Amino acid sequence: MPADPPLLAVRDLCVSFPARGRMVPIVEHVSLDLHAGEIVGLVGESGSGKSVTAMALMGLIDSPGVRVTGSALFRGRELVGMPQRQLRRLRGRDIAMIFQDPMTAFTPVYTIGWQIDEQIRAHEKLSRHAARARTVKLLADMGVPDPAHMAQRYPHQLSGGLRQRAMIAMALSCSPALLIADEPTTALDVTVQAQILELLRRLRGTHGASILLITHDMGVVAQTCARTLVLYSGRMAETGPTEAVFDRPGHPYTAALLDAIPPLYGPRPDRLPAIDGIPPQPADRPAGCAFAPRCGHAHETCLPAPPPPVPIGPGQQAACVLPAEGTPLPPRGPMTECTA
Amino acid sequence: MTLTPLLELRDLRKTYRLPRGRVLRAVDGLSLRVLPGETLGLVGESGCGKSTLGRCMLRLADPSSGQILFEGRDITTLPERRLRALRPRMQMVFQDSSAALNPRRRIGDLLAEPLRVHPAPDGRRRPASVIAARLSELMDLVGLPVQALERYPHEFSGGQRQRINIARALALTPRLVVADEPVSALDVSVQAQIVNLFADLRRELGLTYVFIAHDLAVVRQISSRVAVMYLGAIVELGETDGVLHHPAHPYTTALTAAVPRAVVGHPHAPVLRGDAPSPTAPRTGCRFHARCPQAQARCAQEEPALHTLRPGHAVACHFPLPPGP
Amino acid sequence: MMAALLRRTGQTVLVLFGVSVLVFGVFFATPGADPTARIAGRNAAPQVMEKVRHEYGFDRPLPVQYAIMMKKLFITRDLASYTNRGQAVVPEIMRAAPVTASLVCGAAVLWVTVSIFMGTLAAAMKDTWVDRGLMMLGLVGISIPVFWLGQVANLVTQSRYHDTWLFSWVPGLGYVPFAQDPLGWFRALVIPWVVLAVMFIGIYSRVLRHDLVALAGEDFMRTARAKGLSPMRVLLRHGLRTSMVTFVSLFGLDFAQLAGGGALLTEVVFGLPGVGRLTYRALTMLDLPVIMATVMYSAIFVVLANAVVDVVYLFLDPRVRDAR
Ligand SMILES: Nc1ncnc2c1ncn2[C@@H]1O[C@H](COP(=O)(O)OP(=O)(O)OP(=O)(O)O)[C@@H](O)[C@H]1O
Ligand SMILES: Nc1ncnc2c1ncn2[C@@H]1O[C@H](COP(=O)(O)OP(=O)(O)OP(=O)(O)O)[C@@H](O)[C@H]1O
Ligand code: SF4
Ligand code: SF4
Ligand SMILES: [Mg+2]
Ligand SMILES: [Mg+2]
Repeated sequence: MPADPPLLAVRDLCVSFPARGRMVPIVEHVSLDLHAGEIVGLVGESGSGKSVTAMALMGLIDSPGVRVTGSALFRGRELVGMPQRQLRRLRGRDIAMIFQDPMTAFTPVYTIGWQIDEQIRAHEKLSRHAARARTVKLLADMGVPDPAHMAQRYPHQLSGGLRQRAMIAMALSCSPALLIADEPTTALDVTVQAQILELLRRLRGTHGASILLITHDMGVVAQTCARTLVLYSGRMAETGPTEAVFDRPGHPYTAALLDAIPPLYGPRPDRLPAIDGIPPQPADRPAGCAFAPRCGHAHETCLPAPPPPVPIGPGQQAACVLPAEGTPLPPRGPMTECTA
Repeated sequence: MTLTPLLELRDLRKTYRLPRGRVLRAVDGLSLRVLPGETLGLVGESGCGKSTLGRCMLRLADPSSGQILFEGRDITTLPERRLRALRPRMQMVFQDSSAALNPRRRIGDLLAEPLRVHPAPDGRRRPASVIAARLSELMDLVGLPVQALERYPHEFSGGQRQRINIARALALTPRLVVADEPVSALDVSVQAQIVNLFADLRRELGLTYVFIAHDLAVVRQISSRVAVMYLGAIVELGETDGVLHHPAHPYTTALTAAVPRAVVGHPHAPVLRGDAPSPTAPRTGCRFHARCPQAQARCAQEEPALHTLRPGHAVACHFPLPPGP
Repeated sequence: MMAALLRRTGQTVLVLFGVSVLVFGVFFATPGADPTARIAGRNAAPQVMEKVRHEYGFDRPLPVQYAIMMKKLFITRDLASYTNRGQAVVPEIMRAAPVTASLVCGAAVLWVTVSIFMGTLAAAMKDTWVDRGLMMLGLVGISIPVFWLGQVANLVTQSRYHDTWLFSWVPGLGYVPFAQDPLGWFRALVIPWVVLAVMFIGIYSRVLRHDLVALAGEDFMRTARAKGLSPMRVLLRHGLRTSMVTFVSLFGLDFAQLAGGGALLTEVVFGLPGVGRLTYRALTMLDLPVIMATVMYSAIFVVLANAVVDVVYLFLDPRVRDAR
C-alpha cells in the first residue's frame, strides 16, 4: 500500500435529495481512497447510488435542495462545498468524467473534434490549430483509425466503440489526474467492451491517470480494478482489494452477488443461486442493515442500526455484524470457476 | 433425426430498403431448426440481426424470401387472419419490460386481453370466471402476488415487469416462446431470478424457447444448443458447451475470450480488433474475413457454408479450429 | 448534400403543381356550380358572362381550363377582377406583397430576438422569480387578441397621447414604401411590428424555455458541464444551438403563414395595404379571381418556406443531412 497521501480521499460522503417534504438519503457514509495510478471499482445494482456518488464528487448535482455532506479531499483540496467557480476549473482539467452511453453523451450538432478542442481551449490558452493537433494525437493514442479525418465527423457517424474512444480522448485531453468512468462499457458489445477495458488499463501507463470505474458488472471489476467498493442501497457493503473481495467476501451481499453470476465454464448449476426480493427504495430503507430483508444470515443484531464497516483483512472492510460476532462467511475459494 | 422440428427456417432472408437505394441485409440466408422441448440460445453482437430473426420466426415481421415452417406447416405467406389461429401457440417476450406494457392499464387488464381476444381451444370465448382463474394461475406461475393484478406497470420494478411480460406471453399456453434479450436490462441478482423462472417454466410447461441474448454466460445457463450469429448469418451452431468451450469458428473464439470473467487474475485474452462492418456493405467471401485473425486468401473469395464438423456441432468456416484439450 | 438539395427542389416543384391543381379544382371544378357566374360576379350582364366563358375556356375540357388559368396567373398575368372593373389581379398582389413582407419580416426579427433572449434568460434562471415573471409575461402575450392590441395601440399613439412627446413621431395609419423614405417606412411600421410580434414572442419564448429546460437533463449537457465549461457556454453553445432545430421548424411555418396573408388582422387594423387586407376585401366582395390568386400566393409561400426550413435543417442538424 503506498504511503503517500491518496489522490482522492472520500470520508462519510452523504447525499440526500428532498422528496415529499423530507430529505431522502440516497448515498450514506461512503468512504474510499484512490491512490495515484490506481483503478478502483465501484459496483452495485442499478439505483444503488453509484452515479450519484460520482456526480457529487464532480459537483455536478444541481437539483434544488440537494444536500451533500462529508468530505472528499482531492490532492488535499476539499471538493464538498467548493464554490462552482473553482470546481469548474478542476472539472475537465484535473478530474474528468466519461459516461455510460457514448451515443447521447456528445452534443449531436458539433463534430467530435470540435468538442474535444472546446474542452482543451476551455482550460488552456491554445490556438485552434494547436488544440486540433492535440485532439488528433489523442484520438490516435486511443486507437482511432484515421484520427484527423475522424475528428471531422459528427457523433452519429461513428460506431459505439469509436464514440467511446473519442469520449475517453476528450476526458484525457487536459491530462487529468483522476478519471471517473461511469459505466463506460455497459452500452457496448463484449468485443468492443474488451477493447475499451484494455485501453483503460493502458491509460495508467501512458497518461498516468487514476480511474474510478463505476460498473455493475463483477466481471469488469475482476478484470480491471485493483480495489473494489461494493455499494448496496446507497451504503457501503464491502471494500477491499479486488482479489480478497472475490475470494473471501465478508458481506453476504457480495457473496450472493458473486454467486448469482452464471458461470461460463465449469459445472452448470441446475438453478442459479439468486437473491430473492429487490433492494429497498431509498425512502424506505430499513433502520438496520439495508440487506437484512434479503439476507439469509439476518438476525436480531442486524436490525437496530446499520452495521458499521469493520476490518476483516488487510485493507478489507465489511459492513456486517457477522465477522465481529465471530461467525464470518466461509471463503469462496480462489477460483470457483475452472478454466476450460 | 426423426423428430419434426417445432420451427424450421429455410434460407430465410430479411432485407430492409434504406434511402439512397442502399439495401441492408439483416438476415442473410439463414436455415435453422428448433426442436420441441429444446432451448436454442441465439448470441451475437449488436446489429447482427438477432431481433429481426426473432420477429421473422413468429411472422411479426415478414421475411423477404425463404420459408418458415411452424409445426411442420408453411406459414411464410399465411395471411394474418389465418395466422391468428396460430398466434396463441407462439409468443414473444421483449427486452424493454416497461416499453412493452401500456402504462395506463392495470396488470389484470393487460393479461386478460389475449384471453379475451383469442377464443379458447374449443373455439368459444372464455367466460370471465375462466379468465379470472387463469390470471391468478399465471401470477402464481411467475411468482407475483395476486394483488399485483390490480396495480399499474409503473408500480413494479424492472424484474417484476419482466415477470409480467412473461406471464402475458404464457397466458395462452404457447408451445414456442421467443425471448428477445429478456434479461439484458436487469441486474445480476434480478437476472438470476428471471433466468431461473424461465428454466422452471420450461420444466413445468414443456416449453420450447428461442432465447436471444448477448451475454454468453446467461445463454449457457439456459440453453441446450447455441447459435452464434454474425452479420445476419449463423456462423456456428451446436451443443452449448461444445460451442462455448471448444469453439471452431474464430469469431466464437473471440466472443468467448472477450467475456469479462468474474475471476481475478484471469489472463486478458487478445481482443478482436475493429468493429463489425456495416450490414449494408457489399460482401464477398467469408463475412468475418476482414477481422479474422486466421483469414487466408481463400476466405476473401469463397463464402464458407454451415457444415457439420462433428455430431451436434456445425460451423461456417473454411479453416475451423481444432477442439481444445 | 448536393443530392439532398436537388431532391428537395424536385419535391417542391411537384408539391407546387399539386397545390395549384387543388386550388384550381376547389374554385372552378366543383360540380354543380357555374364558375362563369362566380367570376363575373353577382348580377353580371349576359354579354359579360359570355366574355368570361370564352376568355377562361369554361366551354372546353378541364385540363385546358387549368392551363388557361395558370397562363393567366403566371405568364400573361392578366387575370382580371370583374367585380372591381377589370382590375388586373396579379399586379395588385405584387403591389401588396412588399407591404406584407415589410410587416412580417420586421415583426419576425423582433419576435425571434426577443423570444430567444427571454427564453434563454428564463431557462438560465429556472425556478426563480425572473423565470416565472418572464413566462407569465409570455402567457399574457399569447392571450391578448392581436386586433384588440392593435386598436389599443392606435388609440394610444394616434389620438389619446399622440400630442405628447412620447408618440408625436408616430405617423398616421398607412404605409410608406422603403425606397421612397426609409425613415418614414420604419416609423410607419414600428408599432405594427410590435403588435404582430407580441403573441409570437409569448409562444416562442415559452417553447424555447421548455426545450432548454428539457435539454438540461440530457447526457450531452451533463458532459458539457463535466468538461468544465461555464454555465453560459453550456447553455448557449450546447443547449441553445441544439434547440434551434425545433425553433427553426416552428418559425418557418409561422413566417410563411403570415407572409402568405395570415397577418390579415394587423394589416386591417393599421391600414396597411398588404396581401392580408387584399384577401379580406376580396372575401367581403366575393371577388373570386382575387381570392383564388391570394390563396395560390399563400400556398406557394407555405410550400417554399417548408422547403427553406428543410434546407436550413440540413445545415443545422448533421443527423438529418445523413438521413436523406
Ligand atoms: N436528482 C435526483 N433527485 C432525486 N433522486 C435521485 C436523483 N438522482 C438519482 N436519484 C435516485 O438516487 C438513486 C441512485 O441513483 P444512481 O443513478 O446513483 O444509481 P446507479 O447506482 O448509478 O444506478 P444505475 O446502475 O442504474 O446507473 C436512485 O434511486 C435514483 O432514483
Ligand atoms: N425497421 C428497420 N429498418 C431498417 N433497418 C433495420 C430495421 N430494423 C433493424 N434494422 C437493421 O437491421 C440490423 C439488424 O437489427 P436487429 O435489431 O435485428 O439486430 P440485433 O442483433 O437484435 O441487435 P441488438 O443486439 O442491438 O438488439 C441492424 O443493422 C439494424 O440497424
Ligand atoms: S448485517 Fe446481518 S442482515 Fe446485514 S448482511 Fe450482515 S448478516 Fe446479513
Ligand atoms: S472462413 Fe476464413 S475468414 Fe472466415 S472465419 Fe474461417 S478462417 Fe476466418
Ligand atoms: Mg448510474
Ligand atoms: Mg435486438
